[in-house]
Amino acid sequence: MKTCLVVDDSKVIRKVARHILETLDFEVREAGDGREALDSCMAAAPDVILLDWNMPVMSGMEFLRALRESDIAAKPKVVFCTTENGMAYIRAAIEAGADEYVMKPFDRETLESKLQIVGVA
Amino acid sequence: MSHSAPVRPAAGGAIGAIAALLEHRTGQQIAASRAWRLETSLKPLLRGLGFASLDDLVAALAMSTDGRLAEQVVDLLLNQETSFFRDTLVLEMVADAIAARRAATPGRRLRIWSSGCSTGQEPLSLAMLLEERGLGPNAVDLVATDVSGAAITRARAGRFSQFEIQRGLSVLRMMRWFESDDFDWVARSELLRRVQFRRQNLVSDPAPPGQFDLVLCRNVLLYFPSDVRRAVFERLAGALRDDGLLVLGAGETVIGQTGRFAPTPAWRGLYTRTPAAR
Repeated sequence: MKTCLVVDDSKVIRKVARHILETLDFEVREAGDGREALDSCMAAAPDVILLDWNMPVMSGMEFLRALRESDIAAKPKVVFCTTENGMAYIRAAIEAGADEYVMKPFDRETLESKLQIVGVA
Repeated sequence: MSHSAPVRPAAGGAIGAIAALLEHRTGQQIAASRAWRLETSLKPLLRGLGFASLDDLVAALAMSTDGRLAEQVVDLLLNQETSFFRDTLVLEMVADAIAARRAATPGRRLRIWSSGCSTGQEPLSLAMLLEERGLGPNAVDLVATDVSGAAITRARAGRFSQFEIQRGLSVLRMMRWFESDDFDWVARSELLRRVQFRRQNLVSDPAPPGQFDLVLCRNVLLYFPSDVRRAVFERLAGALRDDGLLVLGAGETVIGQTGRFAPTPAWRGLYTRTPAAR
């Protein structure tokens, strides 16, 4: 079973994402900001991370840069999942090392399709 | 390719009449098990026209003289479900087959027909894959058709909602081939120009002119009764070159449906014309 870390400061989004991911046979972990997510990755790297952009303490972009510069051996796939839907944001995320990008709101088909594209579903 | 018994006009009332209209205009049948969807699909139209029931709609259809209402009804009943890179592996194989053919006949411009293309995601996906293999507009012609005028109008515009653009399309391809416009994403002209979109009824209209190296007809034939399906296979066989390839949807087959095509060992899941069909 593959593991997905859902990083979002919204409990509702985490709950929705968890529900979808569990129907796709993922083991789901949650973090409420980038710092929590980094700690979670240090403890055990997930296969994929679903990452919000705007969060308190440490933003999604700060987390991504820290993750890509870290010495975590198994580099997880990172799928940004955010309301920041402009091309400039998307380009910045990809340049910082994101593997895919989901624009909120999303549904099960969208998420499944993006996870297939990064090779974890 | 089997489905439950279709709704017949004799099934009665407005539903039977509307099912007959769909079959008359497109050759497609509505399975009795899906008849309930008919009213759901038409609800926005009923509401927009201020009709209380399907009976009112059928009465208006009977009074209508220009066919526009019938066209609206049919467009709403057609299953337009599609997405970018649907069954990716099949599309990758199609692009590989075309690339191999181009390598074998470098001077010849190849031709592909995407039939039942809905709002255009299939041919646009294929255009992207061909470009990625170095097969530009001088190497391959892409013709895409659908029975729905509304679907073809949308396909020609190349405009997709946020939900549609994200379904099956990688972010890298989205950045390469689309531009954002408010909440929509619009195909760049260099991509859109690759595909000639045309309205065509697979049952009653001739195939696009010329002969094709490959025809995609995915998830279309399953809506036809067996006699119509056989006739469509004839039309597809006539549109293909002797060595042309036919691509059907997942779960669709020629076996038991027609003698005009047989599986080809060269490309798993694809079909070629049988000698009798040449």
